Amino acid sequence: MVEGLLYLTAALGATAFLLALGRFIRGPSAADRVAAFDVLTIISITGIVLAALAEGRGIYLDVALVYALLSFLGVITVAHYLERSV
Amino acid sequence: MTALLDLLGAALLAAGSAFLMFGALGLLRMPDIYNRLQAGTKATTLGTLLVLAGAACLRPEWWPKLLLIGLFLLFTNPLSSQVLARAAHRTGAPRSPLTRIDQLEERGGGGS
Repeated sequence: MVEGLLYLTAALGATAFLLALGRFIRGPSAADRVAAFDVLTIISITGIVLAALAEGRGIYLDVALVYALLSFLGVITVAHYLERSV
Repeated sequence: MTALLDLLGAALLAAGSAFLMFGALGLLRMPDIYNRLQAGTKATTLGTLLVLAGAACLRPEWWPKLLLIGLFLLFTNPLSSQVLARAAHRTGAPRSPLTRIDQLEERGGGGS
């Protein structure tokens, strides 16, 4: 039961990543691509937490925290650049 | 007790990644950038918080770091989404024809 739920979690997470990647490739404007990138990083943070659970190593959670910080700064920077380049 | 906590944690993980999947589906299917942002941000924030709660159930000794990640995401996700929506509005991103009210435009381009 627990095993099956964990496999379901991995499958749903991978599907989410592929769907967001589809919008990242298709996205007609740059803002669409940045929105898709934001969602991709959120899904990646979840993936890092799942990897920490699978490996049993708590140090990966620090990686997830730094990744969240850097992706937030990246999205803010790109949005600022988009506003200035009208 | 531990088996029950494991089951609860695995159920929370599955529910969280289901929310992530539906959020990404909304990102792919919604008609314009504003709808995509609201589908992509709100659903994935809830999904990530549920996954973090499930991880805290499976590994109770990790709760401080998981709480820190959750709080950080809870503060920064709406902020980045709002900044991105404002940038899209200022660059004149096309709206869905179903949009009826644009309060930001009525106020004259919004802020600053």
